[in-house]
Amino acid sequence: MSTATRSLPRTIGAHAVLLTYTVIALFPVILVVMNSFKSRAGIFGAPLTPPTPKTFDLIGYTTVFGQGDFLHYFQNSLVVTVASLFFVLLFGAMAGFALSEYRFRGNTMMGLYLALGIMIPIRLGTVAILQLMVASGLVNTLTALILVYTAQGLPLAIFILSEFMKQVSDDLKNAGRIDGLSEYTIFFRLVLPLVRPSMATVAVFTMIPIWNDLWFPLILAPSEETKTVTLGAQLFLGQFVTNWNAILAALSLAILPVLVLYVIFSRQLIRGITSGAVK
Amino acid sequence: MGSLNIENVKKAFGPVEVLKGIDLEVNDGEFVVFVGPSGCGKSTLLRVIAGLEDSTSGRVLIDGDDVSVTPPAKRGIAMVFQTYALYPHLTVKNNMGLGLKQAGTPSAEIERRIKIASAMLSLEPYLERRPAELSGGQRQRVAIGRAVVREPKLFLFDEPLSNLDAALRVNTRLEIAQLHRRLKATMIYVTHDQVEAMTLADKIVVLNAGRIEQIGSPMQLYNSPANDFVAGFIGSPKMNFIDGAKLGETAKTIGVRPEHLTVDAKSGAWKGTVVHAEHLGADTNLYLDCEKAGLLTVRIFGVYNADPGATLYATPDPAKTYRFGADGRVVK
Repeated sequence: MSTATRSLPRTIGAHAVLLTYTVIALFPVILVVMNSFKSRAGIFGAPLTPPTPKTFDLIGYTTVFGQGDFLHYFQNSLVVTVASLFFVLLFGAMAGFALSEYRFRGNTMMGLYLALGIMIPIRLGTVAILQLMVASGLVNTLTALILVYTAQGLPLAIFILSEFMKQVSDDLKNAGRIDGLSEYTIFFRLVLPLVRPSMATVAVFTMIPIWNDLWFPLILAPSEETKTVTLGAQLFLGQFVTNWNAILAALSLAILPVLVLYVIFSRQLIRGITSGAVK
Repeated sequence: MGSLNIENVKKAFGPVEVLKGIDLEVNDGEFVVFVGPSGCGKSTLLRVIAGLEDSTSGRVLIDGDDVSVTPPAKRGIAMVFQTYALYPHLTVKNNMGLGLKQAGTPSAEIERRIKIASAMLSLEPYLERRPAELSGGQRQRVAIGRAVVREPKLFLFDEPLSNLDAALRVNTRLEIAQLHRRLKATMIYVTHDQVEAMTLADKIVVLNAGRIEQIGSPMQLYNSPANDFVAGFIGSPKMNFIDGAKLGETAKTIGVRPEHLTVDAKSGAWKGTVVHAEHLGADTNLYLDCEKAGLLTVRIFGVYNADPGATLYATPDPAKTYRFGADGRVVK
C-alpha cells in the first residue's frame, strides 16, 4: 500500500476491528486450552482465569494418557484424515482435469452430476452406507471411514479444481504433447504444480470436517481398535459424571495435528483464495 | 525433407464449421504464412497440422506420409506458441532437451544440439536459468530454440510475436527470417498481422471464414489480389473502396490503394476536404472527404503540409486501380 492511501486513524480502526474479531474467534479455543491445565475445582471456581500456581494441575493430561489408548486414537485419526485427503486430492484433480481438458459427450452433465454431492449431505445416506459396509465386511475398519470421507470430499474438490484447471494455459499442455509427454506426465508434471495453491485450499476445506467428524466413526467404526480422537474423547463424557479435565485435555491435544497440517497448507492457501481476483 | 499436403480438410466443432475444405501444398524449405482476421480458422488449421486437433474429414500428409491419425510427437514437427509455453519447473537447457529425451535421443547428441541452437539464438548465458528469470524476448527465443533442437521436418509458429513489444517484435522477426535462411527448413507461420506476413513469407495463404481466399507470394497478393477481401487485407493503410455507381463505373466496387493516389491543390479527379492528417515523417497519411468518392485515405511519401478543412483534389493512378464485381472478384 502506498503512503498516499494510508492514514493513521484508518489503520488503527482497521486493526481494531480485526483484533476484535480475532479475540472473538479465538476465545473458545483459548478457554479450552487454558482450562485443560487446571484442577477440577479451578475449572468450576473461576473458568475465565488462566491457571494460577494454586489451580494449575496436569490431571487432565495424565488421565488422557493413562486411560484409554489415546496415542492409538490419534494415529487412527491421522491415518483416516491423511489417506482421505490424499484420495480426494488425487481423484478430484484427475476428474477436474478430465472435465476441463477433454471434450466428450456428456461433459457438462458429468460435471453437474459430480457437483451434485455439494448440495446433498452424505449423512442422509447413512443407513444405506452402513448396510453397504456390513455387507462388504468393512464395519469397524479404517477403510470404511476413508472410503466415506473420500466420497464426501470429492464433489467440492472436483468443482473447485476443474475451475482452476481451466485456467492452465492450453499452449503449455500442447507443448508437452508435441514433446511427446503422455497425458499422465502432462497432468502430474505440468498441470498439478501450477494448481498447487488451489489444491491447498481444497485440502484445508476437506481436512477439517474429516478430523472433527464424530458421526461416521460412531456408526461405522466404534470398536476400540478403530476409534478416532473425537470418538475417544466421548469416553470421558459420562451420563452422570463428566471428566472435564480429561475432555479439555483431549480436545487441546486434538487441535495440534490440524494446526500442523494447516500451517503446511496455509502459505499456499492464501494464494489460492486470492488468485483470480488480481493478476 | 519437409513437404506438406493438405487435402480437403474440414473441421467442425459441433454444428459450427471452422474449416470448410482446405487444400494446400507446401514445398520443402518454403516459408508459408497463414494470415487472416481473428476467427478465420488459421490457428485451427495449424493445430490440425500439428495433430493437436483432429480434422473432421480430409487428409494431412507430411513428406507424403498420411499423418491424419499420428500423435503430435511422432509427426516430426515442432511448434512455437504465442504464450511461449515453457515448462516453468525446468531450466532453459532442460526445456530445450525434454522432447529429445522423451524420444530416447542419446544425451551426448542432446548436448550437441542444445549447444548449436543456443549459440544460434545467443542463449548460452541463460542455459541454467528457469523461464521465470527470463524476459519476454528471451523466453520466446528459448521456445524457438526448443523447436530448433528437435530438427523437425516442419516448424509451426502460432502468432509467436503477438506477446512481444513493438521493438522486440521487429528483432525477433529478423531472427526468425535468418533462422529460416540458415536451416532451410519448412516453416508454417500463423499471424493476423499482414506486415509480418509480407516481410517473412515466401508464400502467403489468406484465409477468411474457414476458406482460402488466395495463395501467392507477397507481391502477387499486393499487385493482383483475387478479390476485395485480399485487396483490403494486404497493404497498410487499407485499400480505399469506392462504390462504382457513384463514379459512373460498371464495376460494383472500385479499389485504389492509398499510395496510388496523388493529391493536388488545384485540379484532379475527385474534389475533397482534408479531415485529418497523420505525419509519420517518412510519409504522410491524409484523410479526404470527397464529394464523389466518400472518405479516402491518401498516402504521400515524405512531408506534406495540409490543414484540416483545406480543399484538395485526389487523382488515382489508372494502371493501379482495381475493379471488383458484385461477387467481390476482380473484373478486368
